[in-house]
Amino acid sequence: MDLLLEGFATALTPTNLLFAVIGVLLGTAVGVLPGIGPAMTVALLLPVTYSVEPSSALIMFAGIYYGGMYGGSTTSILLNTPGESSSVVTALEGNKMAKKGRAAQALATAAIGSFVAGTIGTVLLVILAPNIADLVVKLGAPSYFAIMLLALFAVTAVLGTSKLRGFIALFLGLSIGLIGTTTGQARLTFGEAKLADGIDIVVVAVAIFAIGEALWVAAHLRRKPLDIIPVGQPWMSRSDWGRSWKPWLRGTAFGFPFGALPAGGAEVPTFLSYITERRLTKHPEEFGNGAIEGVAGPEAANNASAAGTLVPLLAIGLPTTATAAVILVAIQSYGLQPGPQFLDSNPELVWGLLASLFIANTLLLVINLPLAPVWAKLLQIPRPYLYAGILFFASLGAFSVNFDAFDLALLGVLGLLGLAMRRFGLPVLPLIIGVILGPRVENQLAEALAISQGDVSTLWSEPVAVVVYVVMALLLVGTIVAGRRAGAAAPGPEKKEEVSA
Amino acid sequence: MTSRRWSRALALALAAVLVATVSACGVTRDGGDPDNQRLRMMIPNSPGGGYDLTGRAAAQTMEQEGLTGRFEINNVIGASGTVAMQRLLNEEGSEDVMLLMGLGVVGAVFTNKSDATVDKATPIAGLVAEAEGILVPADSPFQTLDDLVQAWKADPRSITVGGGSSPGGPDHLFPMQLAQTVGIDPNDVNYISYDGGGPLTTALLGEKIDVGMSGLGEFAGQIESGELRVLAVSGAERLDTVDAPTLREGGVDMEFLNWRGILAPPGISEEARQELVDLVTEMHDTPEWEEALERNGWIDNFMVGQEFEDFLIEQNDRVESTLKELGLA
Repeated sequence: MDLLLEGFATALTPTNLLFAVIGVLLGTAVGVLPGIGPAMTVALLLPVTYSVEPSSALIMFAGIYYGGMYGGSTTSILLNTPGESSSVVTALEGNKMAKKGRAAQALATAAIGSFVAGTIGTVLLVILAPNIADLVVKLGAPSYFAIMLLALFAVTAVLGTSKLRGFIALFLGLSIGLIGTTTGQARLTFGEAKLADGIDIVVVAVAIFAIGEALWVAAHLRRKPLDIIPVGQPWMSRSDWGRSWKPWLRGTAFGFPFGALPAGGAEVPTFLSYITERRLTKHPEEFGNGAIEGVAGPEAANNASAAGTLVPLLAIGLPTTATAAVILVAIQSYGLQPGPQFLDSNPELVWGLLASLFIANTLLLVINLPLAPVWAKLLQIPRPYLYAGILFFASLGAFSVNFDAFDLALLGVLGLLGLAMRRFGLPVLPLIIGVILGPRVENQLAEALAISQGDVSTLWSEPVAVVVYVVMALLLVGTIVAGRRAGAAAPGPEKKEEVSA
Repeated sequence: MTSRRWSRALALALAAVLVATVSACGVTRDGGDPDNQRLRMMIPNSPGGGYDLTGRAAAQTMEQEGLTGRFEINNVIGASGTVAMQRLLNEEGSEDVMLLMGLGVVGAVFTNKSDATVDKATPIAGLVAEAEGILVPADSPFQTLDDLVQAWKADPRSITVGGGSSPGGPDHLFPMQLAQTVGIDPNDVNYISYDGGGPLTTALLGEKIDVGMSGLGEFAGQIESGELRVLAVSGAERLDTVDAPTLREGGVDMEFLNWRGILAPPGISEEARQELVDLVTEMHDTPEWEEALERNGWIDNFMVGQEFEDFLIEQNDRVESTLKELGLA
């Protein structure tokens, strides 16, 4: 505790506080723009480390990291244009809420949820960093494969009312995920080197969500008048609070461990959180039409995962995300080396960083919460101008990644796919999950089998993997039993199809 | 910290913010002094990577020493550098652009079956190089390079070799050429490709693989703490930072360096080529560049003219033959 207080003393000097403010503002700004992420921003700021003290630079970078997680959600909710891959899921319910005049509540629950998760995550980081880091490296490809398979299994819960349409969307997503040469074999690249790295999930999400919707609205402009977005309450109501706090905590519980795991990431916990909330909610009819739980949970999950990422980074010098990798480069440029001795040999730096995470979190809440009603007013802009703005913004984001018109063409093609999906009533979420999970499931399987030289028994050679398979078997049995009961009471074909999935 | 340094840092931070926002708006030129020479540099991977650090260090040195005007730096990301290489060749005749590239790009164009091979561009200069290291976990039975080589020869497929690059990259080429040198068919090497140093560290610490091959910069913490052991380094000389023998000292007669250098588009005039060569040569002679080499632990691998051209062709042919043998080119 004394160490943490000393850390606050380091972080609260005017200089460092200023760097924290710059960091969170910058982070929010880049989080808002699709295409530019925190990793690239920190990398571009690396030269700063030559002339600034280590603690100041790290405090700024941590602010950028947390700020990016906040900023990504703002455009997701308002414009259906996710700025970061970790806020793709937020757009699902968040934008629906915005259209019902509840943008301010969606932004508020995202901001407060991020604050709660970031704070709990940072507390866990303080407690756990020295202890659990050694454990996380014990998980190998077989365990990750099992975890990803479990996540894919959970997708069946969100296929929507028509299983056929749900599976079509899922397989479309898995097919998009196949694009690239990561396995050493070029698949669906059509000889185009620009497709060799696959298609970024942000480009897919922006195209399907934003472009697809803009085209859809444009196609119907003449036939039916636009719904007016109602002006809602500026603040969260009592029932909003009541429905948000549990998802915040559950989202944190998903996000933190996934962030700490080397192959976890921020995307998988966001949609696990979404699926969980959808199952547990007392208002199932609202899901798909703007349920506040569907914003609160995923937003908490992505911030908690950012905190989790710092556990292996500080404790054993292991970066688990692109941003963490660049922060590691920054630390190393001072001749410092995160690792088992880092916490002992540089207490001022480490505890200053941890304290600054609390400060960054508080700053973000202070900045974002009053702004929520202000942002929400943005939606009062007449629809044609608003959609023009969205199209401009989405194209800008896609173009700024590489300054290449090819990415714009890609955006257009996927946007047409989004339009077609709306036309034929295909749900969007299974597609997004397919794009996120498909390549990961495959990579983990390929790695496990490459190491074992094709011996399939390696897949259940790790205890964590076995536990996950048992959980999956129990879930499967559970759904069969539930399906039978439901079948006895009333014919319920839905559940049975789930099992065959 | 003095207030002057502090304000300079702040200015830098703000400048970077501006660069980030301005470049996001697609406005990369803002007029400026027409006398200033403006150059563009393409970097074939994302910010923070090895090419990026090298390219930005070089550009910064040239700017700050007043050797040239402002640099416009553009990260052209895709297919491990193949996209950037293709774009360089498309810029045939452009005399204001250069590409920072290296061994990984040479390999990537082959594994991606691209026609944009490096021998089609105009060679300017070799800049830096990094040695690869052979890493094992602390509990590994292999104490010396010879232990590893003997076990590997006895049953090549039983040894899992991890690296931080995809096939065609330096961490893949190194074990393949090492295998060839000690008499193992590269097709028998069980290579596991990881997405950079982080995941490779995880795999080594968790003992998921037997041996890792990579540049050592990202592993300094684990090497220092004794969690990872370096059996050998691949350069001609030992490294100052790591207590490990070279391959030759360990009984394997080969050298391997992951090098980086600069290319210009094909079809530029002889004067333009010479201008770029002079510019890079001047940059190389500055104390600031020396400092950058030291700070990043890079080996000085400077060469220009015929020397670099021969080197490039030799590397191109060697990589091609290795990858052909593996059926990857």
